[in-house]
Order: sequence, then structure tokens, then C-alpha cells
Amino acid sequence: MGATTTGTDLHAGKLRALRALIASHKRWDLFFASVGVLALMFGILAFVALFFDMAVDGVPRITPDFFASFPSRRAENAGILSAWVGSTLVMLVTALAAVPLGVGAGVYLEEYAPRNWMTDVIEINVTNLAGVPSIVYGLLALGLFVYQFGLGQSILTAGLTLALLILPVVIVATREAIRAIPVAIREGAYALGASKWQTTHDHIIPYSMAGILTGVIIGLARAIGETAPIITIGALTFIAFLPPPPVQATAPFVNFEWLTSPFTVMPIQMFNWTSRPEEAFQANAAAAGLVLVVMTLVMNALAIYIRYRLRRNIKW
Amino acid sequence: MKLKLSVPAAAALAFAATAATPALAQQIVKIDGSSTVYPVTEAVAEEFQKAKKNVMKVTVGISGTGGGFKKFCRAETDISDASRPILKKEMEDCRKAGVEYIELPVAFDALTVVINPQNDFVKQLTVAELKKMWEPAAQGKVKSWKEVNPSFPDVALKLFGPGSDSGTFDYFTEAVNGKSKSSRGDYTASEDDNVLVQGVSRDKGAIGYFGFAYYVENQKKLKAVPIVAKDGAPAVAPSMEAVLKGTYQPLARPIFIYVNKKSLAKAEVKEFVDFYLTHGAKLAREVKYVPLPDSAYKVNKEHVAKGKVGTVFGGEAEVGVTIEELLKREAKS
Repeated sequence: MGATTTGTDLHAGKLRALRALIASHKRWDLFFASVGVLALMFGILAFVALFFDMAVDGVPRITPDFFASFPSRRAENAGILSAWVGSTLVMLVTALAAVPLGVGAGVYLEEYAPRNWMTDVIEINVTNLAGVPSIVYGLLALGLFVYQFGLGQSILTAGLTLALLILPVVIVATREAIRAIPVAIREGAYALGASKWQTTHDHIIPYSMAGILTGVIIGLARAIGETAPIITIGALTFIAFLPPPPVQATAPFVNFEWLTSPFTVMPIQMFNWTSRPEEAFQANAAAAGLVLVVMTLVMNALAIYIRYRLRRNIKW
Repeated sequence: MKLKLSVPAAAALAFAATAATPALAQQIVKIDGSSTVYPVTEAVAEEFQKAKKNVMKVTVGISGTGGGFKKFCRAETDISDASRPILKKEMEDCRKAGVEYIELPVAFDALTVVINPQNDFVKQLTVAELKKMWEPAAQGKVKSWKEVNPSFPDVALKLFGPGSDSGTFDYFTEAVNGKSKSSRGDYTASEDDNVLVQGVSRDKGAIGYFGFAYYVENQKKLKAVPIVAKDGAPAVAPSMEAVLKGTYQPLARPIFIYVNKKSLAKAEVKEFVDFYLTHGAKLAREVKYVPLPDSAYKVNKEHVAKGKVGTVFGGEAEVGVTIEELLKREAKS
């Protein structure tokens, strides 16, 4: 009897210890989960607070007129017409320059480049370029595009500068996307006698398109908010006109004069307004900021949607 | 598929860009320079473009007076905004590049010294007291209001001012310390006047200086200090009237536009300058600057018509020039 009791006691004791251990582990689980949630909330709440602060100041200013008016010295008449048109055109140039160069470089590095020290050096540099402060790109652009090539403070200069800035992002995204493709796809293509180019063209690029497009759009979303490099090339300017339209009614129907036109972009217009003495301009700056944040969010949402659509069609 | 499309598109783009570069058919007046003159020029540019139905276009940049002259003397801009006269070094640069210019005073600004509204012990400041705070010798030494004037309490002195690229900085240091660009370095410097406004409005012991327009827009947060030019003179608060009468000394200063003489041959630049001199007075007043008397704009127009090049200041920084005196002088180039 005594022995059994001792046995049960021992058993109960072990059970208690075990339960205590489990409980303590669960407490740690809970603790880390709360820390994680707190860390997450910190970032999200900061953004939400900022967004609402801007919304409270800016929303009353967001009217159709705000999008259709030029900047003005009178806060209530001022709008972002030249800024959003400028941003759109600059992004167009950026995309047209960065996509072929970035995708080309990514495909080369992943599919063609021989494995030697030269390639290693290039790879390390591409990764490092992604971390270079944007103002450095601005200085490079000022020396190279504005003065050396004589492109001036034009839409073309700004577009190419921002293209340089997002090039590493596009290259890295392209490479990641290509790496995600199973080797069996390549081997299958080669087994059927496809050349390297045929494999790349018919399989690698179509399959990695989702990843590449996501990278491009995320790069563009970063570029649209960039201020420093654009200010460096000298675009901190009052602009109350639009560039010449890219299409015209008479032959040759397309017109490239807009590329050389002076311009302004959203973040610069915002910056200009925040440095005004009149209180009313701060509301304009908030409204412009709100538009810019929404533009960025829409671009990111688009990236997610495209990735989802294209991934759905790929089965392997 | 997308890739195939964009490669030829990019090639076409690059080709077209090189083809289009020389054919700049747009009529654009390019202006850059001082942030102090910017509000006036911007107002003129806005009205000008409205009047010309956007056929003639104007861009107005902000690079500071010094930065503006650098571009102007490389003939990159047609007009340069300046909150101080052109300096010897800049005259030399312009001469080397063959840029001839016409100097046009367009308005007056009252450089305003501001303190925190809670500061109840400063009723006025003499130029000598300002010098005690701002001269290079004060660096690291003058840290309390008591050291500026023994009758002030022992409150920590916090200084706010524009950075060294600014024409406002050049003028203030010349007027107060007697030498342009010579100032103590241990103060909060910002090219953005809003930063200075915020700084002064948050600290009881703060003092700062910037253009009159910024003070007018922030009167609730700041207090302007009446200035005593020299011992025995009355203290004068900054105002449009005081500047016009010439009693706000030595911190009233003329602001200028410099016009490239070659650019005047272009119809859009000529018309813009005419527009500036015709409507400048009204627009300057609207953006809180002190317009020159009507006669001054008339003299300016004559200078433009005659193509009178050069500066009346001879590349020296000068303080306390009255409006009439300014216009009578003969230009040296």
C-alpha cells in the first residue's frame, strides 16, 4: 500500500513537474508572440497614425480641381496637375530604361555568365548598388546626364536617373525569379534539342515573368517617392505648364519633345509646399502626400495582383 | 512578350531623344536663384503665364543666390534671383563666360530678427548687441542672454539662422558683424525657414533671423524685435512703412533680378521682364515684400531699353543703401 502510495506520489510529482514545464513553455510562447505582435504593431501603427494625420489635414483639399490645377502662390488655387503628369512621364521613362537593362542583366548573370571571379565581382557590386544612398545617384546623374551628355534638367534625365536607382532591384528580382524555376524545366528543354536562347526565351522568361514584374513595380513604387536625386539634378522648380503631349494630330503623330521638357514631380511639389510660410500650404502638402501614398499602395497592390494572376497559370 | 515589345520601344525612344534635343521649339524663360526672391518671381511667373495663355512658359528654381549665379554665369539660366548684389568672384565668372547682365532691383525686404513670444525681457536690440551674439568671437562663449546685456536674465541663448549658402546670411553678417559670411558657427542653421520658425517658437531663449514674409505669416508664433541702428537712434520695428521711409536700418535690403543681356533678344524673356517691372510692385506687396516707388520701376525699364549692363555695387557687399541712391548710381561691369 505504502509502496503504491509512494509510486503514485512519485508519478503525480513527475506529472506536476511536467505540467509546470509545459506551462512555462507556453508562457514563453505567449511572451514571444506578444513581443512579435508589439513589434508588428509598432510599424503598422506608426504608418497608420502618419496616414491618418495626413488624411485629416489633406482630405478636404482633395477635389477634382486639385488634380486639374497648376501650382499657385494662392494655396486654395494650387494643385498637382504638373506634378502628377511629371511623375507619370518620368516613371514611363524609368520603366522603359530599367526593364530591358535590368532583365537583360539578370538573365545574363543567371543563365549565361561563366562562374569565375569576374562574375563574382559583378554580383557583389550589384548587391551593393542596391544599398547606395539615392543622393549619390543624383550626383552621378548631375555630372553624367546633365553636363556630360547635355540632357539638361529634363524628364529624360530624371527618368534615366531613377532607372539607375532601381536597376539593382530589377536585376535581383529577375535573378530570384529565375532561380525559382526548377532545373528540370531547363533540362527538359535541352533534352528536346532547344538552344540556350530558345530555352531562355520560351521557358525561363515566361515562367519568371510574375517575379520580374513584381520586382519592377516595387522598384517603380520606390522611385516615384524619391526626392533627393531629382533635387540634385536641379528640379526644385515652380512649373505651371505641362510638357508637350507625346501624341499629336498631325504626322508623324508621335512627338518626343516632352523628353527634353522641364518638369516637376509629386515629392518635389510636396517639398516645395512644406517649405512655405503660409499655414494653408501645409494642407496642400498633406493632400499631395496622401495622393503619393495611395499611388504607391496601388502600385504595390498591382504587383501582388499580377503575381497572383501569372502564378495561377503556371503548373509544374 | 512584354520584353520583346519594350526593347525596340526603348531603342526608338533613345533615338528620338537625340533627334529631338536640338529642336527646342518651346518658349521657356529659365529662372533660378534665391529662395528669398522666389515668392515674388513665382507670383510674377504665375500671372505672366496666365496672361500669355501658357504659350510662353516660365520655370523658377530655388538654388540660393550663390547657386543661382553659378548657373547664370554658365548661361544656363536667363534670369537669376538674388537677395544680395553680385560679388566680385561671380562677376569674374560671368565675364569669362561672356555673360553680360542687367541688374534690376525689384523690391525691398526687411530682414527680421525674431524671438519667442514668451520672451518678456527683450524689448529692443541694438546692432551692437546682435553683434555680441553672432560674431565669430562669440562662438562657444556667449551662451546666455545675460552675457549679451547685463540687464537680461540668465536664460540660455539659442540661435537660429540660415545656412552659409544663403544671401540672407551674407547680408545679415555684413550688416551686423561688419564682414560678409563672418559668423559664429555654433547655431542651428537651416535653408528651410520653417525649421527656423519652429525652432524659435519652441524655445523661450531662442532668437533667429529671416525674411519679413516668414515673420508676417507666423506672427502668432513669433515676436519681431525692434532694431536700434546705433546708440541714440530710436528702435524701429520691421514694417513696410519703415522700410519705405528708410528708417529700418541696417536690415532693410534690396532684392534683385539679374537678366542675361543675350536672353533679352528672345521675345519671351523681353516680355517677361516688362511684365515683371509693370506688375512687380503690386505682386511684391501681395507676397509681403516692400515694393519700390513707381519711379524706380520706370528707371529700371529705361535700363532695360538702353541695355545698361553691369552692377552698381562693384562686387562689394553693402548695407543701408536707400532706394533713391540705388537707382542713381552708375553701373560698373
